[in-house]
Amino acid sequence: MVSEATNTRQKSVLWDWLTTVDHKKIAILYLIAGTLFFLKAGAMAVMMRVQLIAPEMEFISGQTFNEFITMHGTIMLFLAVTPILFAFMNFVVPLQIGARDVAFPFVNALGFWLFFFGGVLLSLSWFFGGAPDAGWTSYVPLASREFGGIGIDFYVLGLQVSGLGTLVSGINFIVTIINMRAPGMTMMRIPLFCWTTLVTSILIVFAFTPLAAGLALLMLDRIFDGQFFIPGEGGNVVIWQHIFWIFGHPEVYILVLPAFGMISEVIPAFSKKRLFGYTAMVFATLIIGFLGFMVWVHHMFTVGIGPIANSVFAIATMVIGVPTGIKIFNWLFTMWGGKLTFNTAMLFAASFVPTFVLGGVTGVMLAMAPVDHLYHDTYFVVAHFHYIIVGGIVLGIFAALFYWYPKMFGHKLNETLGKIMFWLFYIGFHLTFFVQHILGLIGMPRRVYTYLEEQGMDTMNFISSIGAFIMAAAVVILIINIIYSALKAERITVDDPWDARTLEWATHTPVPEYNFAQTPQVRSLDPLFYEKIHGNGKMKPAEPMDEIHMPNGSFIPFMMSLGLFIVGFGFISFHLDLFISPYIWIAVGGIITFGSMAMRSIKDDHGYHIPKETVEEMEKELS
Amino acid sequence: MANSADLSKGLPANPEKATLDGKNKFLGAWVFLAGETTMFAVFFGTYLGLQSGTAGGPEPSEIFQLPLVFIMTMLLLTSSLTSVMAIYAMKKNQFQKLKRWMWITVALGAVFLGFEIYEFVEYVEHGLGFTTSAFASSFYALVGLHGAHVLFGLLWATLLLVRNRNAGITLTNAPKFYVFSLYWHFIDVVWVFIFSAVYLMGIGG
Repeated sequence: MVSEATNTRQKSVLWDWLTTVDHKKIAILYLIAGTLFFLKAGAMAVMMRVQLIAPEMEFISGQTFNEFITMHGTIMLFLAVTPILFAFMNFVVPLQIGARDVAFPFVNALGFWLFFFGGVLLSLSWFFGGAPDAGWTSYVPLASREFGGIGIDFYVLGLQVSGLGTLVSGINFIVTIINMRAPGMTMMRIPLFCWTTLVTSILIVFAFTPLAAGLALLMLDRIFDGQFFIPGEGGNVVIWQHIFWIFGHPEVYILVLPAFGMISEVIPAFSKKRLFGYTAMVFATLIIGFLGFMVWVHHMFTVGIGPIANSVFAIATMVIGVPTGIKIFNWLFTMWGGKLTFNTAMLFAASFVPTFVLGGVTGVMLAMAPVDHLYHDTYFVVAHFHYIIVGGIVLGIFAALFYWYPKMFGHKLNETLGKIMFWLFYIGFHLTFFVQHILGLIGMPRRVYTYLEEQGMDTMNFISSIGAFIMAAAVVILIINIIYSALKAERITVDDPWDARTLEWATHTPVPEYNFAQTPQVRSLDPLFYEKIHGNGKMKPAEPMDEIHMPNGSFIPFMMSLGLFIVGFGFISFHLDLFISPYIWIAVGGIITFGSMAMRSIKDDHGYHIPKETVEEMEKELS
Repeated sequence: MANSADLSKGLPANPEKATLDGKNKFLGAWVFLAGETTMFAVFFGTYLGLQSGTAGGPEPSEIFQLPLVFIMTMLLLTSSLTSVMAIYAMKKNQFQKLKRWMWITVALGAVFLGFEIYEFVEYVEHGLGFTTSAFASSFYALVGLHGAHVLFGLLWATLLLVRNRNAGITLTNAPKFYVFSLYWHFIDVVWVFIFSAVYLMGIGG
């Protein structure tokens, strides 16, 4: 274990980023890739709103519209929001618990590259006969081999590969949070963002595996003529709905819990108060995570499963309102009597609370099984889940972006542009989605590419589309802000620009690759704030200054993911007319993936050590 | 550093959990198996939902042969026991015994897999192809997924054994052997459920 250092600073930039296992760099990779997918899916949404701005528009065809609704939903959930959340989890969680890295840095890189190649595979569908068009839920028989086009194959295999990445990252976070905490950082002292990351990761482990199973079944049905979902051959189409929603409902909580965590970090920081009811928040998170698996049938009320099952699941769904309500009140009480600073991050965080309540209220309305027959598959549902996803998750992400940006990139985002963006986004969001409630109630069906005039829908659709354009403008301003701030903003030299409370602000800016030169000793919840009050404002070290063990970078995660990408393409190519046989693709990809795994297994990689002198030198330079 | 342990008094009692790396692998393996459990649960649920969907093809009670499945069950259960013996030897720092028991585990698993392939070939000859009916598809998917796990386990164990043939028991490879044995027990437990839910219920229920 000598330091024959493949030190990251000696590599070329590109090679460094392709082989990095540093959680901070992987976080930035996630952030960039997730943002690109976010822009892509957002552009599709704008085009759909152009199509719907007036009755009987012919801006895009019905087929394209179907492909857009499918890709918009699929990309936003799997390839935009999930990776952006993973970006923050990756960057912040190890810092918040006082660790040098995640438990499995190699697996962390693998998770990123699997997600990335899975996303690329799904996106390739545009060039091979059209994107998937059966909705993000891909219900059979619409998605079965008889009716579904080639795009569904890309959906099935792309999500399989990227889902695998999400799964291994989830396992990694669980082990990290349980095993890697600094001395004194007990489970009831970890910041709430770590708790929500932990519960989200547990949900990933139990929800993405059913998804993997369901996708495998659909793949077997479509490509190898399985009969799972073919009623004429003894199959059953409702099984797909069950499997999908056993995954799909927890997926909502997988996305929203980290956003809850972000809000729970931002609000105390800018209220200058500790989080109200920390313990209640933790237990509310756990209860939401648990109940999230008990409610999937509420997506299937109209299938006809029976009044008993519908009632049980309706009640279970409404019960989730209780722990969520606890959270809402705790955020309000955190702000109550606090010294509030309304900068952009806090504006997003504070506006999250009422917006999310609106989404929650319509959620309880939808939970009422008898009335759900009225709401089902109308714009009311679309409005509801956009209030949860945009009004909840995206606002949380923007709050987190403005809050953690200085730690990640060494400078703040511009506040003026930030506030303009906030107001545009917030007004645009409500314009877009509030009227959709009413559109749904008067009967406008979702997923239909146009509507007739004189049905009372023209004005509200027009308003909704204008709102969407305003939201798009807000996103453009965010991009301008990022570029402008990168060029003009002054560099942050202090560790703690927000005067915040948790451990990530105790590290230097920029964060050195080893995070903490000496592992900190944690004495309380909100450890940094505790030291500001009771100590000298700096964390006390839990160990003497010593050499630091670091993992080596590796190209194997990239290769493993590339191999699975090729295998996935091979399976799809059974339905493509290519001059290379599918078996060759599968064999080549399989050899790359399993060969890389074997290489990883055979070659022991103990990492390297940063010598004590270098650490001391770097510390002096940074402080 | 938590990544190294004091070796002056010989190997610690639980070499698989002596380092932070080992502890991480230990916990990670359990979490991974938790995920695998839900994945198998979905395949089980699909099978149980579709087993009556024979679409005029062979039915479970016509085609399953308990004697063969019984022998397979015994083979796999025994291999689980031998993997326990291997870990037992590992904790006592007896490397040769560890290797011997591991190879026996691999051999038993390989025979099991051979029988499973033979079983599938027989069924196909009796008219139960993968595409025959929903029952057939879900049966092959569930049992085949288990078989794929056995195959992966065999390759994994073989690689471990070949790779560490002269290494002795170290704090690096002890967690690897241990995690493999966890995985192998899991495969075994899944098979117990397959035996009950697929074969016994298929014939009796």
